Amino acid sequence: MEPGLGSYLALSGILFTIGATGVIFKRNAIGMFMCIELMLNAVNLTFVAFSRHYGDVTGQLFVFVVMSVAAAEAAVGLGIIITFFRNRISVDVDDASILKN
Amino acid sequence: MESFLKTAFPFIAISIGIGVAFGVVMMIVAYTVLAERKILGWIQGRIGPNRVGPWGLFQPFADLFKFIFKEDLVPDKSTKFIYYLAPLVALTCALMPMIVYPFGPPINVDLAAWLPYGLGEGFTQIPLTIANLDVAVLFVLSITSVGVYGIALAGWSSNSKYSLMGGLRSSAQMISYELAMGASVIGVVMLAGTLSLTGIIDAQIHAPWWARWYIVPQFIGFCVFLIAAFAETNRVPFDLPEAETELVAGFHTEYSALKFALFFMAEYVNMFTVSVMCVTLFLGGWYIPGLDYLARQTDLVWLFGVGTVGYALISHLGFLLKIFVFLFIYIWIRGTLPRFRFDQLMNFGWKFLLPVALGNVILTVILVFLLNR
Amino acid sequence: MVNALFFILAGLAIASAISCVYHKNPLYSAISLIGVFLSLASIYLTLAAPFIAVVQILVYAGAIMVLVVFVIMLLNLDEDKPITRLRYLFPIGGALGLVLLAQTMFIFYAVTKAPQPASDAGLEVGKTMSIGTAMYTEYLLPVEIVGVLLLMAIVGAMIMSRRMREPKIELVKKAEAEEA
Repeated sequence: MEPGLGSYLALSGILFTIGATGVIFKRNAIGMFMCIELMLNAVNLTFVAFSRHYGDVTGQLFVFVVMSVAAAEAAVGLGIIITFFRNRISVDVDDASILKN
Repeated sequence: MESFLKTAFPFIAISIGIGVAFGVVMMIVAYTVLAERKILGWIQGRIGPNRVGPWGLFQPFADLFKFIFKEDLVPDKSTKFIYYLAPLVALTCALMPMIVYPFGPPINVDLAAWLPYGLGEGFTQIPLTIANLDVAVLFVLSITSVGVYGIALAGWSSNSKYSLMGGLRSSAQMISYELAMGASVIGVVMLAGTLSLTGIIDAQIHAPWWARWYIVPQFIGFCVFLIAAFAETNRVPFDLPEAETELVAGFHTEYSALKFALFFMAEYVNMFTVSVMCVTLFLGGWYIPGLDYLARQTDLVWLFGVGTVGYALISHLGFLLKIFVFLFIYIWIRGTLPRFRFDQLMNFGWKFLLPVALGNVILTVILVFLLNR
Repeated sequence: MVNALFFILAGLAIASAISCVYHKNPLYSAISLIGVFLSLASIYLTLAAPFIAVVQILVYAGAIMVLVVFVIMLLNLDEDKPITRLRYLFPIGGALGLVLLAQTMFIFYAVTKAPQPASDAGLEVGKTMSIGTAMYTEYLLPVEIVGVLLLMAIVGAMIMSRRMREPKIELVKKAEAEEA
């Protein structure tokens, strides 16, 4: 007995929503970054589930591309966070307000 | 009952396999510790442990009991949950690659004739590896890369400056040297055309005579892998995370008793894992060249021809022997070399080891192209 | 068997995801997120995609999250400050989240009801060989673009995190000059 496509998609939807709410609720940049990774992973799960369902390798390749983009995002994003911390001694996104007023 | 046994049989068989492999690995690890102390003593002109049992042979068990009965101190200001989690992560990640070790060649046995209830139907071979994963090489690399959390979290949760320094150093070091390690493996994977460890050994068996062991066509890759392996396992000369002369004991300064023992075991199991990888990727794994030929020449095919228990046993012993050579090199280098400085370590990893590994990839591309032409 | 495994792993993934969002301490969040990644990798294994599963551990758990943990330890981040403003918007945010969940679920429900048939060819698809073949024939251009993207990320990260002033390592340089 194997779970059907629907179960995987449901899991993916739940994870995506948790990630999205996390991005809204979190205030420090690293936390938001992690929630975005969570959303990307939820999407990856749908890709793999569909790839298995239709017997097509394209979905898995897409996962590969998403992972590479996530890695690039991590490198640049964490670089930004470190630079921001050096200037503000904080990673709270509310402190990124130099352009306000 | 019968149908239940039939369903449960694969699980029981795999559990037995895991149990045996675990026992073998743990015994080897225990005696590696003793061998390390003996050989270090020999290098430094001391005697080494010789009190417990004949020639100190029961020393590992004495150490184990000492660790169990020691007082377990937990720092007051530590982050308790992570503090308890870290040694478990370290040891689990060290032990998990065990399931893909190729311990020896498969044994051809007609299991259907041996086991009751027709349990053995369809099983004609006993593979001496627990899981023949399609992506075994990547699996080992990925699990070792997860192992860094054990050290990093231990350093952070102990809430001590020495530990934090150790944890930071170790995560930086592991990220850097993992790249070189992965790049050095690519050459072997390209030559073999597979990521499975069993497949790589097979490819080496069927390679042309001059490339029978991949250490010959992949000598640069072998050197890079060996150096990166020292860094991955935090051994001298890359033992900055636990450098006892600068950081007391680095990430495990605040750990005592059994939790320290878990870290200690994790380090030696990691050494074993890396040696297994080295032997499998570059030294033909369990394959002893000429053994099957010898069996055919001396009319002893029934005793140690391909597929018999004798062949598997001799090959397995050969495999262990090759691993012991690498473990000896580890200990030898610990007794000989001083430690790197941290900036030297980073420069060496990024500016020398990684470019050399990438150059090796390009050379291997040319080699594979010429071979397949 | 696979069903039970799926529900255990899915439960683990959801629990870790919630704890990732819930915890105020970034390091706890990071550890929970690693839990999500590992359970997702196991789910990929049950979906007959071993290569993606292993790459998931290697890239997400082994590289990205190590970087994140490293940065958290390096910056020595404390817990989030208690939120003082916009507190009244929290229920609205939660409600919007639920709406999003409902929408996603509806779309997925519609997709599973679509009349495309399932295929049995899935077993070969997860193998390294098929992925490699597809990657270097049909999808060569995306792979190359990803390569360029990664190069840009490396250069960008280096420029971004570099201090503009010269670091004070004269002592080290002096020592090295004496050695040479």
